[in-house]
Amino acid sequence: MADTETVTAEQARQIVYCGVCTLPPEYCEFGGTAKKCEEWLKDNQSDLWDKLYSEDALNANLSTLSVSAQERAAKDAAKKEAKAAANEARDTERKAASKIQIKRVERNKRKYVTVVIGLEVFGLENKKIAKDLGKKFATGSSVTRSPAGIEEITVQGDVSDDLRDWLLETHGKKIPESNIELIEDKKKKKSDAPMV
Amino acid sequence: MFKKDIPPSNRSKVKSSVQRGLRQKLLETYPGFEPFIEDIMPKKASLEAVKLPDRVTLYTIDSTPLFFQPIDGPPVPHLRLIHAYPSAIPTIQIDRGAIRFVLSGATLMAPGLTSPGGRLPDAEHALEAGQIVGVKAEGKEEICLVGMLKVGTEEIKSKGKGVVMDEGHYLGDGLWRLHLD
Repeated sequence: MADTETVTAEQARQIVYCGVCTLPPEYCEFGGTAKKCEEWLKDNQSDLWDKLYSEDALNANLSTLSVSAQERAAKDAAKKEAKAAANEARDTERKAASKIQIKRVERNKRKYVTVVIGLEVFGLENKKIAKDLGKKFATGSSVTRSPAGIEEITVQGDVSDDLRDWLLETHGKKIPESNIELIEDKKKKKSDAPMV
Repeated sequence: MFKKDIPPSNRSKVKSSVQRGLRQKLLETYPGFEPFIEDIMPKKASLEAVKLPDRVTLYTIDSTPLFFQPIDGPPVPHLRLIHAYPSAIPTIQIDRGAIRFVLSGATLMAPGLTSPGGRLPDAEHALEAGQIVGVKAEGKEEICLVGMLKVGTEEIKSKGKGVVMDEGHYLGDGLWRLHLD
C-alpha cells in the first residue's frame, strides 16, 4: 500500500480490544477463544459485533480460501481452542489445589519471622507483595529463595494473623479464604524431646 | 522475538538527554510519526525503560508501551502505538491463509504476500531490506505484525519464495500480553 495520504493533526485512534483475548476483535477468530470472544463482543460492543459476525462478513471470509485450506484452518483453530480450554481448566484446578502457606518460624527465643509461600500461583507478584507488606507492617520484608529453589516472602516479626487478614482484604478476589494455611513452626521445646 | 511470556522486570527512568536522542532517532526512522510526536512523546513526559529478554529495551510513558529497541537495531513501535497511528509506517499485506501462522509466531514467508490476497507496494514505493514495516491482513483493518524486512519488496515479487521477516512483534505475543502497571 502506498501511504500517500497526508494526515494533518490526526488524533490518535481509539481501538477497541477484545476483553477476552486482548486482540483487536477482528483477529479474535485466531486467538483460540473465538466463542467466548464472540459472546463478549456481543455483550459489550454490539455494533462491532454486527459488523464482524454478520452473515455477509462470514461468507466473505470463507470465499477467499480454497476448500482444503479452509479445512486445515478450521482443524487448526479447533485444536487451538481445545488447547486453550484445557489450559484454562488446568489453571483453575491448580489454583484450587494449591495453598498459600503462612509460616511462623522461630528465629530466636522470642523472635519470629513470617514466611509466605505460594502467592505466585494466584497471579500475585512476590516482589510487589513483599514491598507492600513491608510498608503495611513497618518491618523488613524481602523475597528470598529457599534452599528448595522456591521463592518465598520473609517478613520480620510474627504477623501471620494480620498478614492473612491483609491478604484477604486486598487480594481477596484472587484468593479463596480456604486456600490460606497458617502454620506455626516452633522449634522443638525441650519438653517435647523424648525423655531419656 | 517475544514468543514466550515476558517476566516482569526492572524499570528505570531514562535521562532526559537520552530521551531527546531517542525522540530524534524515532523521527529519523519514522518520518510518519512527525505530526504526532507531541502526542506520543511530550517533551515533558518522563520516559521509562524496561529491560526485556534478548537485550531488547522497551520504552514506555506512564505504563503505555511506545516502542522497543533491540540492542543492535532501530526502534520498532509497539503494535498498540501503530494501531493508534496506522498511517505512520509503511505497510504490506498478507493473505488470509497466512494469518494464523503469523499469529502463532511463524516467520513471514513470501507466498503470503505475493498471492492474490496479499499486497506489496508498487515499484515506485518499493521498500528496502531493513525497513520496519507493518503487516496487515486480507479482510482486516488492523496491523497484526511489525518487524524488519529481510529482503526488499521488489525482490519478494521477483523471487516469490523464502523468508521475508524473521522475527517480529505480532498480536498476542509475549510483548503484547506484557502488563505494566
